[in-house]
Amino acid sequence: MKKGNLTVGIFALLLLLFPLVVRSSYYQHLLIIIFIWVIIGSSWNLLAGYAGQVSFGHAIFFGVGAYTAGILVTKLGVSAWWGMLLGGFIAMAVALFVGWVCFRLRGPYFALATLAGGEIFRLIAINWESLTEGMVGILIIPTFKSKLPYYYLSFGLAAACILAIHLIMRSKWGYYFVSIREDQDAAESMGINTNRYKNIALLVSAFFTGLAGAFYMNYMGFIDPDVVFSLHYISIMAILVGIVGGVATIMGPAVGAVVMVGLQETFRSSFFGLAPQWVSEGHAIVFGLLVIFVIMFMANGIVGDWNKISRLFWRRKAVRT
Amino acid sequence: MLKVKGIDVFYGDLQVLWEVSFHIREGEIVVLLGANGAGKSTTIRTISSMLSPARGSIEFEGRRIDHLPPHLIINEGIVHVPEGRRLFPEMTVEENLIMGSLAPEAKFKRAETLEYVYGLFPRLKERRKQLAGTLSGGEQQMAAIGRGLMSLPKLMMFDEPSLGLAPILVQDVFHLVKEINDSGVTILLSEQNVIQTLGMCDRAYVLENGRIVLEGTGEELLNNDQVKEAFLGI
Repeated sequence: MKKGNLTVGIFALLLLLFPLVVRSSYYQHLLIIIFIWVIIGSSWNLLAGYAGQVSFGHAIFFGVGAYTAGILVTKLGVSAWWGMLLGGFIAMAVALFVGWVCFRLRGPYFALATLAGGEIFRLIAINWESLTEGMVGILIIPTFKSKLPYYYLSFGLAAACILAIHLIMRSKWGYYFVSIREDQDAAESMGINTNRYKNIALLVSAFFTGLAGAFYMNYMGFIDPDVVFSLHYISIMAILVGIVGGVATIMGPAVGAVVMVGLQETFRSSFFGLAPQWVSEGHAIVFGLLVIFVIMFMANGIVGDWNKISRLFWRRKAVRT
Repeated sequence: MLKVKGIDVFYGDLQVLWEVSFHIREGEIVVLLGANGAGKSTTIRTISSMLSPARGSIEFEGRRIDHLPPHLIINEGIVHVPEGRRLFPEMTVEENLIMGSLAPEAKFKRAETLEYVYGLFPRLKERRKQLAGTLSGGEQQMAAIGRGLMSLPKLMMFDEPSLGLAPILVQDVFHLVKEINDSGVTILLSEQNVIQTLGMCDRAYVLENGRIVLEGTGEELLNNDQVKEAFLGI
């Protein structure tokens, strides 16, 4: 435990110093994107990994958060930074409705309902042009030219999100969530209001995801329905971040975010320009292969199966010496 | 103590209980007998409020409980030890036991009850830090019973506690049920193990195709020709 705290502390310190040493705005940008995914992945993990309610619709909360910030600018003329405050809460309000509808269903049926929910929100955002500007999207001028403020803000949010989930999982809520995942009927028999605690997990999860969405609006300066309500770029990516990193582990989604964003970027840029252009089209296939690999060989993800992985490396070293 | 009055229960359009009525007095051991699909589990699940009756009522200590949400039933003093144990496999034995004592009163006496349960099952104390999913079938049944006891129940309902256990363990489980009953807990037991359960119970009801067809004391039913023919094959 002590050793773990030390490792986390050193990592946090390195990340704090990183932008002061590495001046390249490209690498700072990459880390900001990773931090956003740490938030989304951890939130998804709280609901799906710990409470067992697998969501295929986290884009709902991300998109609602992003649009909250954007609409504040276009309709009310208020700074998009207020969206950071409001985005999380509006996402929670939407989550109440989503939970009210979807928690009537269990297991895979719940997952399918959230999947449909995500698409419904995307279509609403496309068609409700008077509110959302439809496919034209919302463009705002970012406040800062430098990446540093965004870097530290997103870092702070990601750290706060991980810490919050860590604390929740050590409280009685955490036990309730896990018991619902393990056996909902038995949890109910033990006197746990499973519907209430599933909703609490969803609300916390939606809050942080909405916050990430509002931050995204502030940082990127542009959103449209196909970006922020995207099934594969947001909802599925959230699941991949969770699964690759390690479902139901605190640091899993953080590791997953590094791997997934790293891979995505490597392919998007065709191996940083070293490979022919068509390689960039291949990232979906690589994601698919990665998921197959993870499920076959590391069903608990990188963090969950860390012992297995480190043993593998340790054994190799032993053979060499 | 518990009065079930004429309940009809459906799964969707399919009616599985037809005007089932029975009662349990304080301190009794009452057994529900019946073949697979007769409605034993359904009856117990209905008392737990996991299913709600379309007609009829369920009263516990004079209060109607049939429309309470399932998570509040335990606060009334009724606990359900479900068929097939239903432990939380990735929690430790002790965490599973603690999950049994969430109601305010039970929580207050948690440490004390935990000692009592460990006294009853020294085996669980040895394995308190082990994941519940790694226990043997018999140990899991002990843990499930222990978890039920943690809520300090007045009425404990066992759904086929002998299911999937070796004959010697079945004996142990029934001894244990008797012991729990002696400590003042009323028992409702659903079983297929006819001879053993009829030997230890105060009264029994026989369910057939969702209806109660026979009732009587354990001895009466043991000597009943219909029971002999249907369950014992003699």
